Amino acid sequence: MTAIYQRELRSYFHGMTGYVFIAFLLLFSGIYTMFYNLSSGYPNFEYVLQAMTIIFLIAIPILTMRVIAEERRQKTDQLLYTLPVGMTRLVLGKYLAMVTVVAAPCVVMAFYPLLLSTFGTVSLTTAYGALVGFFLLSAALSAIGLLISSLTENQAVAAGLCFGVMLLLYFMSDLSSFVPSSAGASLCALLVTVLVIAVLVRVFTRSAPAAILTGLVGEAILFVTYLAASDSFSGLFGRVVDGLSVFARFSTFVDGMFDWTAVIYYLSIIAVALFLAVQSMEKRRWS
Amino acid sequence: MIEIDHLTKRYGSHTAVSDLCLTVEPGQIYGFLGPNGAGKSTTMNIMTGCLAATEGTVRIDGHDIFDEPAQAKALIGYLPEQPPLYLDMTPLEYLGFVAQAKGVRREDRKRQLKHAMEVTQIEGVQNRLIKNLSKGYKQRVGIAQALLGDPKVVILDEPTVGLDPIQIIEIRDLIRELGKEHTVILSSHILSEVRAVCQQIMIISRGRLVASDTPDNLEKLFAGTATLELTVKGSEEQARAVLGTLPGVSALNCRPGEEKGHTCLSLETDPPADLSEAAFRACAAADLPILRMDMRRASLEDVFLELTAADQPEVPAPEDAEEKEEEV
Repeated sequence: MTAIYQRELRSYFHGMTGYVFIAFLLLFSGIYTMFYNLSSGYPNFEYVLQAMTIIFLIAIPILTMRVIAEERRQKTDQLLYTLPVGMTRLVLGKYLAMVTVVAAPCVVMAFYPLLLSTFGTVSLTTAYGALVGFFLLSAALSAIGLLISSLTENQAVAAGLCFGVMLLLYFMSDLSSFVPSSAGASLCALLVTVLVIAVLVRVFTRSAPAAILTGLVGEAILFVTYLAASDSFSGLFGRVVDGLSVFARFSTFVDGMFDWTAVIYYLSIIAVALFLAVQSMEKRRWS
Repeated sequence: MIEIDHLTKRYGSHTAVSDLCLTVEPGQIYGFLGPNGAGKSTTMNIMTGCLAATEGTVRIDGHDIFDEPAQAKALIGYLPEQPPLYLDMTPLEYLGFVAQAKGVRREDRKRQLKHAMEVTQIEGVQNRLIKNLSKGYKQRVGIAQALLGDPKVVILDEPTVGLDPIQIIEIRDLIRELGKEHTVILSSHILSEVRAVCQQIMIISRGRLVASDTPDNLEKLFAGTATLELTVKGSEEQARAVLGTLPGVSALNCRPGEEKGHTCLSLETDPPADLSEAAFRACAAADLPILRMDMRRASLEDVFLELTAADQPEVPAPEDAEEKEEEV
């Protein structure tokens, strides 16, 4: 695993990817710090981090697009398959290298609140709490990017797909507000969501029974709970989406709360995305 | 060393390898021979754990490649059809990475790197980027990669494809050299290549093993008849009278030679026998000058064609299979 980690980390800095990612993040953190803290005079570094989340729409696809897709295209994945290293450790090695690159700008940004505090009172605890949240958010998004990269052998497709997913995640809670908060509307939206999940299951597993089973069981559970407790369905869709929105969970950190459920939520996102990436690699052997 | 037992691989409805059984003994160079799309690459990919089999098992030195992948893979060095090289690394960095990933201990790493580069003669280019190397050198780096970790078996998929004639000869010498320390399995659709390097030949056609033996035995086995070709100075009747009576001749064909007064004959013998000396004596006694004499046996080429041509009518399938292999 160390071998994979080292090679991967080196490859980020052999080419441009690592430098571009770090420079991009630092450039925007500088611009936003100038704007919020220096010219507008807010003492809150959290605002800078909040504003910077939109940068991930571009930065994460740049960082993650090649990680597995490129191995496939160059056929170097055949080497990885023949190594006496398990697929989980392999994916973990790659992911840790990615997280190291992601952590680099966070480490640099950790100096900003200290610098700012020499000119006034800065709430360091909320600033660093938000920075931890910011790091977890970027780690979770890179895990999603890694999963997307493992689905294709074309970097451009991986980047495009990743951008689309990031965009959807970013605007997810805004979009969900278009669904009326009545119980019936929530039920409809959830039913459609289950259907979409079933279709995705069909696409990825190529197994019609699994997809139909997922769909039927999901819809049945929804219907039964709706009949049992229809009141609890009003506004449920919005709550579910907000709870699942990767970006929305970060705002509690900005509001000055260190939300442990959000930490666990981000760690679970990482675990699920990496697990699926391992499965996607394993599946290649069986195709 | 390697036991393949009832191996089957299907891609959807297409069967790439069907019910393949074979055993590889240690210390020899094996050649996997077959036309394009016969299932060579698929079999090799399954043997090395790159692909999962639909049915059947592969055991490397007693370790099943699926149940004990770590132990089994440690015994194998594999060069796929396209060498798996990271183009933005130098051979030294790349080989260092592979050695580390294969779990070669730190104190041993330097020695193994040196050895692998020595054998494949890439020390001179060790600090150049792989993407700037010629195809022959890339292939060598790929072979060097397969040698790391001191594997007992080295598996090479079409190691000479796309190389120029001099490089081909060099790679062949290298393979012979490897055969002294490792069990080597290589695949090829080029007969002369397998004939030149391998001690054992396994012919695969449409996913099945159709023959497995030494090159000489294969030739003997399939040499149903031996033919003696002659050109003599004399008329056809004369030639028939002298040579048709030789013992062991099963068939005799005559046609006029290129020049006037010459006759070409072909004598078939069954069982195969060498009639050249008898023919000389008979012709000498009859004062019939021999201008040319040539002994033809069934060559490995004939054996190969005979074995793989059996299912020619379904020709479109192999192309299809090749595509499938590309996908993998």
